[in-house]
Amino acid sequence: MSSRIPIVPENTEPLPRLRENEGMLSWVASVDHKQIGIMYLICCMVFFLIGGLEALLIRIQLAQPEFGFLSPEVYNQMFTMHGTTMIFFVVMPFLIGVGVYLVPLMIGARDMAFPRLNALSFWLFVFGGILIYYSFLTQSGAPDVGWFAYSPLSEKPFSLNKGPTYWALGLLATGIGSVASGLNNVVTILTMRTPGMTMRRLPLFVWMILVTSFLLIFVIPIITSAFAMMLLDRLLGATFFTPAHGGSAILWQHFFWGFGHPEVYILILPAFGIISEVIPVFSRKPIYGYEFVAGSTVAIGLLSLGVWVHHMFAVGLGDVTNLYFSFASMLIAIPTGVKVLNWVATMWGGKIIFATPMLFATAFIIEFVIGGLTGVAIASVPIDWVVTDSYFIVAHFHYALFGGSLFAIFAGVYYWFPKFTGRMMSETLGKWHFWLTVIGFNLTFFIQHFLGMMGMPRRTYTYHDFPYWGSMNLISTIGAIVLAVSVLVFVWNILQSLKRGEKAGGNPWNAWTLEWATTSPPAVHNFDLVPPVRGRRPLWDLAHPDMPDEPDAKVV
Amino acid sequence: MANNLMLVKFFIASESIFFIMLILAYVNFHGSVTDGPTAKSSLNPYVTGIFSLFLLASSFTVWLAGKNLRNKNHRMMKFWILATILLGATFIFGQGLEWAGLIDKNITISRNVFGTTFFTLTGFHGFHVCVGLLMLTLLLGLAMFGDFKGPRSDAVECVSLYWHFVDGVWIVVFSVIYLWAFL
Ligand code: HEM
Ligand SMILES: [Cu+2]
Repeated sequence: MSSRIPIVPENTEPLPRLRENEGMLSWVASVDHKQIGIMYLICCMVFFLIGGLEALLIRIQLAQPEFGFLSPEVYNQMFTMHGTTMIFFVVMPFLIGVGVYLVPLMIGARDMAFPRLNALSFWLFVFGGILIYYSFLTQSGAPDVGWFAYSPLSEKPFSLNKGPTYWALGLLATGIGSVASGLNNVVTILTMRTPGMTMRRLPLFVWMILVTSFLLIFVIPIITSAFAMMLLDRLLGATFFTPAHGGSAILWQHFFWGFGHPEVYILILPAFGIISEVIPVFSRKPIYGYEFVAGSTVAIGLLSLGVWVHHMFAVGLGDVTNLYFSFASMLIAIPTGVKVLNWVATMWGGKIIFATPMLFATAFIIEFVIGGLTGVAIASVPIDWVVTDSYFIVAHFHYALFGGSLFAIFAGVYYWFPKFTGRMMSETLGKWHFWLTVIGFNLTFFIQHFLGMMGMPRRTYTYHDFPYWGSMNLISTIGAIVLAVSVLVFVWNILQSLKRGEKAGGNPWNAWTLEWATTSPPAVHNFDLVPPVRGRRPLWDLAHPDMPDEPDAKVV
Repeated sequence: MANNLMLVKFFIASESIFFIMLILAYVNFHGSVTDGPTAKSSLNPYVTGIFSLFLLASSFTVWLAGKNLRNKNHRMMKFWILATILLGATFIFGQGLEWAGLIDKNITISRNVFGTTFFTLTGFHGFHVCVGLLMLTLLLGLAMFGDFKGPRSDAVECVSLYWHFVDGVWIVVFSVIYLWAFL
């Protein structure tokens, strides 16, 4: 095709790379963004299975009142490690990994701006994960003070075991890796776009990764410094967070949530990005209101920095403080609502194809709206005072994190698996996976709203035999078992499809962004030729020269 | 390639947040010490002030190094990098003296919140100075072997940007710890 222009070479010097057929070593030593991306996905899958197993153990312990399946000590380790694993070693690195794989392809680049730094980020993540899980092998056992490690519980006088030290060290390592990948993404997206790919034509996934990366750069140091202080407290006898020695336990909460709240947007914005890529392709329509989807992301990113105190309404910081943070939190619902409207408007009147990625994307919208609505509810101080630290909160953030981020991740895996591997995933198994997940997820978590309103506290290893508590918890546990089965179906689907999935070809979904312009899986150098970018849907323009998205656009 | 400079700029932005958090911790506990040493009772603003001048001067010398790089004056560039290293090392030496004096008086990181916040904040700053010294030494070594003939070098520009940052952080730290207590 004559209208194609050759790729602009970015890396003048060749990167050190082992030749193919050198087995495992070529992976360990790799600085190729695609190999690193795949390694992220595999590691996250492993951590997902471990974190899921921990969740299952928690739910089994709660299946009956006064059950003795786990000891209180083990229970504490389980919920701490489950939360830590899912947030820091599953959802976050998964989204970073998908970004590492796709961003260069989507902007028509050869690799990330700093390939070696990219590898360093990945290995720091692996190292941190190993460090945290190594604590299981120590005499004193794993961290057991919750994923928020509230002081003074996490401080020496109350927690003499080494768990929290491993926790802080491991997360420090992964955190530094995350900052590095944030930096790498920002520079890559700002400087390495193919000619014609202006910021207003950037795929929405890339937009969301960009905003997320800024959040990583500015928000992770908040917690890194707090980890450093906590470690000084625990190792050198400093007294930042021990009230008995002049320190402040509230300060830890401010530092933790100053990071922790924006972190939940680090976990959801790339998920929004995935959804914004999947929905248009399977509705066969361009995204409705591109500018609003991109712009509201920036608004969410900025707003998320100023609302952390809504996690501390019960601390007693005073009415004025609470009022301000309540109001600011509710504001976030506006740009979030804008996004939901755009997705629905994109589907409206489209020729919707309910392949598995689209099923997960549709379910995402519904589950996430529930999570968002309960979010707005608990952003109101009196409601929060009633339900804080109850199962209502557990229900809220699982609707946001599982129904939101994880559903989007599933959608993304089904959508890009053909690109990653060259083979399609089985639709039959995919549909089984989808329905089992939807049923299991809602069975597990919807009922927890009611448990919470009835006063069941979170982070306790058992409960009395109050009316209905036993049966409601049992329903929740059955849901968790259904979820476990659905995960097995998912893993089975991946393994089967890797071996005998049908061949995908370059662009099996008829999608429009640049990653589909190359072979599946892409060659080491990504593209032979990058198609010219004249609009937001370069592959559409290429296939329909008579009706391009931007009729009078020229290539820059 | 403008990439490297951009990376360093965003990295510095990220590190700034890190220091802001440490400073906030210091500020939060300022004046809350009820017994034991405080900034006012245990620090000497004059001695530290003089050693601070060495660090401030090193920002100037590193700028001169960059200027000579642009003028392709290889010899003078090496000279000014060396001067920067010496000035920075003098500052660290001064910090070592100060710390040793405090520890002699049993003022340590575990004594009270003043000790905790003081040693953490100055310690992390000193650590950043040491990393800078390491990179400057690396630059000097490479320059000895003939690198950086000018007129441009990302490595020199990035390191000097980082060095200015470390300097700027010290101005804030010095103001918060010393000037606040003694003015
Ligand atoms: C409309 C947007 C949202 C609002 C207004 C909101 C509001 C809140 C509030 C007020 C709390 C504190 C409850 C308490 O501890 O008493 C909370 C907790 C939480 N939220 Fe959200 N939320 C929103 C979206 C999200 C999203 C998108 C995620 C994740 C992807 C999320 C994850 C969490 C988590 C993990 C917690 C529990 C933290 C803990 O105590 O362990 N939320 N949310
Ligand atoms: Cu929040």
